[in-house]
Amino acid sequence: MSGRVFALGVAFVALVTLPYWMTGVYYINVASQILFYAIFALALNVLVGYAGLVSLGHAGLFGVTAYATGYMLQLGFGHPMAILVALVISLISVAIYAVLSLRSTGIGFIMITLALGEILWGLAYRWISLTGGDNGLSLKTRPEPFGYSLSDATAFYYATLVIFLLSLAAVTVFVRSPLGAALMGTRDQARRMSALGYHVWAIRFYACLFSGLLTAVSAILFVYYTQFISPQTLGLTSSAEVLLMVISGGAGTLLGPIFGAGLVVIVKTVVSGFIERWNFLLGAIFVAIVILMPEGLAPGTARLWRLARRKRARSSKAIPGSAEAKP
Amino acid sequence: MTALTVTGLCKAFGGLRVTTDVNLDVEPGERRLIIGPNGAGKTTLFNLITGELTPDSGTIKLFGQDITSVPSRRRAHLGMARTYQIITLFVRDTIIHNVTLALLGLSPSRWNPLIDLKRQGHFVEHAQAALERVGLGHIANRPLAQTSYGERRRVEIAMALTQNPKVLLLDEPFAGLSIDERRDVKELLLAIPRDVTIVMIEHNMDVALEFAERITLLHFGEVIVEGNRAEVVADPRTREVYLGH
Repeated sequence: MSGRVFALGVAFVALVTLPYWMTGVYYINVASQILFYAIFALALNVLVGYAGLVSLGHAGLFGVTAYATGYMLQLGFGHPMAILVALVISLISVAIYAVLSLRSTGIGFIMITLALGEILWGLAYRWISLTGGDNGLSLKTRPEPFGYSLSDATAFYYATLVIFLLSLAAVTVFVRSPLGAALMGTRDQARRMSALGYHVWAIRFYACLFSGLLTAVSAILFVYYTQFISPQTLGLTSSAEVLLMVISGGAGTLLGPIFGAGLVVIVKTVVSGFIERWNFLLGAIFVAIVILMPEGLAPGTARLWRLARRKRARSSKAIPGSAEAKP
Repeated sequence: MTALTVTGLCKAFGGLRVTTDVNLDVEPGERRLIIGPNGAGKTTLFNLITGELTPDSGTIKLFGQDITSVPSRRRAHLGMARTYQIITLFVRDTIIHNVTLALLGLSPSRWNPLIDLKRQGHFVEHAQAALERVGLGHIANRPLAQTSYGERRRVEIAMALTQNPKVLLLDEPFAGLSIDERRDVKELLLAIPRDVTIVMIEHNMDVALEFAERITLLHFGEVIVEGNRAEVVADPRTREVYLGH
């Protein structure tokens, strides 16, 4: 376990010092993108990984928050007010989303969330007076929390990093809590959980709210990052992309979705500069992950690492006279 | 007051009547055995009593309280616990986590999203005690996936017992067990105090007859015979539909 703590420590130091060793604004921006998409993936993982509910409409919820923020700013409200209202609207939206989709589980849940996501996409595309239609909404400024301007890439990166770490901490605490254990119980044996005295529907509903809140947080970071929101962000492709992050990284693990977000964002932004058919590459990588480590990147790498270490330990034992080969 | 009263209970799946006008009165502390050939509607009756299925008509009372329309989860809080014929456990987790989930189900802290479950000492202690009781204390932290069928049967029973039920419904607790395991489980069930009322479905007559005081024979969803051990065994209808000799 100490190896794990060491690795996490190194990762933490690397993230905090990133603007010093990562040269170029472009790459710092890529890192910011990875972090807020990682929050989005963590949010979806609460449902996909821990509740066993695959949502294909999360980009719709993501878009609601982004549009709400943009629209409030366009109406002339300040940043704190815009963010607050966006969070409230998001929670109301996800509550409605949950009430409608939790009538079912499994394939039914996927189809209802897919439909809801497409409805939200349709609204964003067609309700032009509110959303600007295909032209989208632009944001003129980024907020200045405590007089600390987020307009340059490094400042924005640090703000994103702080919120990312808080989100990761929130998910960690949740997963280890009784409610988190109950949620995983409903994933594995819903009927049994009812018989044991748990309110399965309510547990799933709270999980949806938590997932929705984290989605909203990532969407606010996104909309301030791009300073632009258009219907494309709400589309099925976006929902599928974040689901890909969760599954490729490792659904139901704490760190998996972060790895998944890193992989998808890097292929999409950096590698796409060199390879035109980056979608093809992403598909190929995904197929490779499914074949080589079906449990996802993070747990798969950990498994291969343990395997390699055991093998090395065994081969060193097999050499006569080596230190470990005492009878 | 009776512990469990079932009156005129009916359930049909489409045209198939699986429970037909079943009446049952189980006294507090009683050991009731429900027998019947395969497809007699025994497990369906359990599912109706625990609320996993909704009856078409009839009423179910727990210590005088009408619970017919009370959802399954509330019935657990009112003192009803069950085990499953087809073992229904959390295979990704350890044995002790399975029992902890049973404990947590009746505790208000099941809603708490902020505390660390593994650090709640009283849950760990109670779960460990429940496992000692069924003889699994020494392997409490073993993943459930690495346990034998007999051990899983005992985890089922530990989970039910740890909820301190007033009425315990056991669905074929001896199914698939070896002779040794059967003896262990029998001793375990005989040690349950008399303030727990037990209703048990069982095919294994030699173990079950010893345990039960009253026996109900179901056949095609209907109660055919009911009475004490000797009466039911002696009844010609029992021989006809069940014992077969």
